[in-house]
Amino acid sequence: MRLNRLLSVFILMLGFCCHIAQSNAQTVDDATLRPLVQALAGDNFENTTKAISDLVKTGDPRVSKILDALSAGDLYVAKADKTVFLGKRDGSDYAATDALTGAKLDPVPRSAAEKIKVNNRLRRDIAAAIGGLTLMSDNIAERRSAAEAILKTRDPESIPLLDQAIAVEKDAGVKALMQQAKAAAVLNSDAADDVKIAAITEVSAGNSRAALGLLTPLENVQGPVGEAAKAAIDSINTKLAFWNAIQNVVYGLSLGSVLLLAAIGLAITFGVMGVINMAHGEMVMIGAYTTFVVQQIIRTSAPGLFDYSLLIALPAAFLVSGGIGVVIERGIIRFLYGRPLETLLATWGISLVLQQAIRSWFGASNVQVGNPSWMAGSFDLGLLTLTWSRLWIIVFALSVFAILQLVLKKTMLGLRMRAVTQNRRMASSMGIRTPWVDALTFGLGSGIAGIAGVALSQIDNVSPNLGQGYIIDSFMVVVFGGVGNLWGTLVGAMSLGIANKFLEPFAGAVLGKIVVLVLIILFIQKRPRGLFALKGRAIEA
Amino acid sequence: MITQWFFTHVDRRGGIAIALLVAIALLVPLSNLLLPQTSPLHIPTYLVSLIGKYLTYALLAVALDLVWGFCGILSLGHGAFFALGGYAMGMYLMRQIGPRGVYADPVLPDFMVFLNWKELPWFWHGFDNFWFAALMVVLVPGALAFGFGWLAFRSRVTGVYLSIITQALTYALLLAFFRNDMGFGGNNGLTDFKDILGFNIQAGTTRSMLFAATALFLALAVFVSSFIIRSKLGKVLVGVRDAESRMRFLGYRVDRYKLFVWTISAMMAGIAGALYVPQVGIINPSEFEPANSIEAVIWVAVGGRGTIIGPIIGAVLVNFGKTYFTAAFPEIWLFALGALFIIVTLFLPKGILGLYGSWRTKLADRAARKKDSAPPPVAAENVHLPEPQAAE
Repeated sequence: MRLNRLLSVFILMLGFCCHIAQSNAQTVDDATLRPLVQALAGDNFENTTKAISDLVKTGDPRVSKILDALSAGDLYVAKADKTVFLGKRDGSDYAATDALTGAKLDPVPRSAAEKIKVNNRLRRDIAAAIGGLTLMSDNIAERRSAAEAILKTRDPESIPLLDQAIAVEKDAGVKALMQQAKAAAVLNSDAADDVKIAAITEVSAGNSRAALGLLTPLENVQGPVGEAAKAAIDSINTKLAFWNAIQNVVYGLSLGSVLLLAAIGLAITFGVMGVINMAHGEMVMIGAYTTFVVQQIIRTSAPGLFDYSLLIALPAAFLVSGGIGVVIERGIIRFLYGRPLETLLATWGISLVLQQAIRSWFGASNVQVGNPSWMAGSFDLGLLTLTWSRLWIIVFALSVFAILQLVLKKTMLGLRMRAVTQNRRMASSMGIRTPWVDALTFGLGSGIAGIAGVALSQIDNVSPNLGQGYIIDSFMVVVFGGVGNLWGTLVGAMSLGIANKFLEPFAGAVLGKIVVLVLIILFIQKRPRGLFALKGRAIEA
Repeated sequence: MITQWFFTHVDRRGGIAIALLVAIALLVPLSNLLLPQTSPLHIPTYLVSLIGKYLTYALLAVALDLVWGFCGILSLGHGAFFALGGYAMGMYLMRQIGPRGVYADPVLPDFMVFLNWKELPWFWHGFDNFWFAALMVVLVPGALAFGFGWLAFRSRVTGVYLSIITQALTYALLLAFFRNDMGFGGNNGLTDFKDILGFNIQAGTTRSMLFAATALFLALAVFVSSFIIRSKLGKVLVGVRDAESRMRFLGYRVDRYKLFVWTISAMMAGIAGALYVPQVGIINPSEFEPANSIEAVIWVAVGGRGTIIGPIIGAVLVNFGKTYFTAAFPEIWLFALGALFIIVTLFLPKGILGLYGSWRTKLADRAARKKDSAPPPVAAENVHLPEPQAAE
């Protein structure tokens, strides 16, 4: 136990030394420092203590090294001129270096030098001084790491130091961390019960997972401390479960957003034309490759615009995928109306051709699509750490959904599309040119897929097989949500995403997916036309 | 007597096909086994296995055509039944390895020893017996198809919806069979087979016998299909294909007819898979890939859906093309396959046999015209009026 503690103090000190060595804390010139170092060789311990505190006050980074040496008994004073030096036994001599500069000095015979004596009290003071040196450092990162180090070692010795540091700390985050560290140290000490219970409250207010680690050993302690610890553990577990659920929901929403992006175009074409577009995944893939090409162009011609590359890629991907979609519709699909199963096969053929075309053009391996700076990094939400890309994809998917709703509800094209969805023949009789609506719908659906590709290029590998990975999931969303109503797609995508994420911890990712697939197959029995089925005579042909 | 019974159930084309298949079943093994290798008529063993593989594909295509061509159910998941039959056969072959595996465990297949399993999972019991395995080859796909079909047809899931969920079915199985703890060898599947019914599986004679069995089963499938199609039940099926609602209003229990033919078809696919595995020497989860099932659909489409021998021609031709292209011009194969999908659906809705049929009617027309030089009849056929439908 004691050995452990010693060891931990040692590690602590080592840690501090490193920090000091790395940092550029204030330095004091040698002339002021030299007499202070000389004072360490005082004739009694009290003088030495005073010298130590004087040294610490200078805040010079070299001080901790000297104090270290003192504590380890490596500091000597020459009998002749009373100079203090760092010595190392070398035969009958000491290999000497200057305590301040580290410059090599002439070897001093062992008889001509005396070790500066330290006792345990002094050692403790030194350890405290070194710790304090960093806890009081001007560098906020240093203070933070000092507090974190104490939080790890939970050394009771550092409590008074922490108290001092807390009293002067201005940064709220570091202060909280110090208080945490102090509480952790208190729990590790033999303080009175009420102090410990206060510390338990303090600890459980902080990082929950770390707190669990601190409190679990106390759980079986007899008396009020054990009970308080148990209660705290319970409440932390509840909190963790709550945040875990939140995390599942958020992750599920972001997965659902991906599904929504991939499926929404499919839902439009399927809703309006009753056509399953098996090449839809390839439209997504082409959108992702468009992003790649846009970024390549930006990299070579205007590197400053790189952060805007996605914004530039969005319309480009819409136009490229949408254009290909219109060509496919005019060139192939319009000859197959009324034969949905054949359309399915023909579009599958198209998907093979597109895949192979991209593979021949860009190669079979992944291409690198960069993330702009605003997509990188993460932020904290309660106990969660979320990446910005996760958030952006949710925002993006919802905006695409909103824009599409506007197009469907507020534009002439949208009105015509809805009319054709509900009753093609009647719409045609009313003078709507259904072939054009079909072509534009197909173009719109493919264009949206292209936009989805821009988003997916940020979170997935961009390869010729990109679309294949999403196509079955997108189908499931459409089948689950029902056609002719985008809300169905939204609800379908989000509930599939969330269901997947909630099943994952129980069943693993793959089994979770299987369960979802089986559930959908069963669900189709109950609602053969999906959650939000269109009602009316025209639907059942 | 028997021939008369036979021909009441099989049309002329079907009869020819069956006769040809039986002849192949006899002649190819004979050529492989009896003729000297120098003879121009000698068929080397690798070719026997290759054609045997094509014929198992043809059997799968016949099964698929039975539901798609005659009942209008486009299954994008028939590969699942094929693979399940294959796995049942693979499990038998695995058990036959016995102590000859790498780990020399008398009971457990290698991959189980490797996974540190101590005893055989319950569903592996019985597969050391060939007849039990043979039963499972038809029962497992049949039961899955029955359960799935019962749910789907009863709630009137039709058209593309059905196609999509059959695809989801095979996709779910693909994911499941990839898992190591399913107990089917995970990623690697089942392989390293040693012998079947006591015969060395690598030997030329066994290969020839497997080939003969495949050809005979294919002949049997052609007969069973013809039998079903030419029966009254078959007429109802075609009615369901062309006007499902009308058949229902006429009082037929459409879902039962569909369920029957769907289950039969799945069993045929299972047999095809079981014949495929010993000839190829491996079964792994990639057989469940949705892409495989869709490829099987194109075999049927190329040959001619709604005909009994069209799928056989389609399967053999397309797979021959695949073997050739993937070896000679690997990057062109997907272009060719994709183009095949597009061209067949656009220009050859009845496949090669349909092309042949329209060519024959054209010839007959011309002959008739020459004969009485009457004004030409209006060519009313093959005009496809676009007939928009919402979601059927």
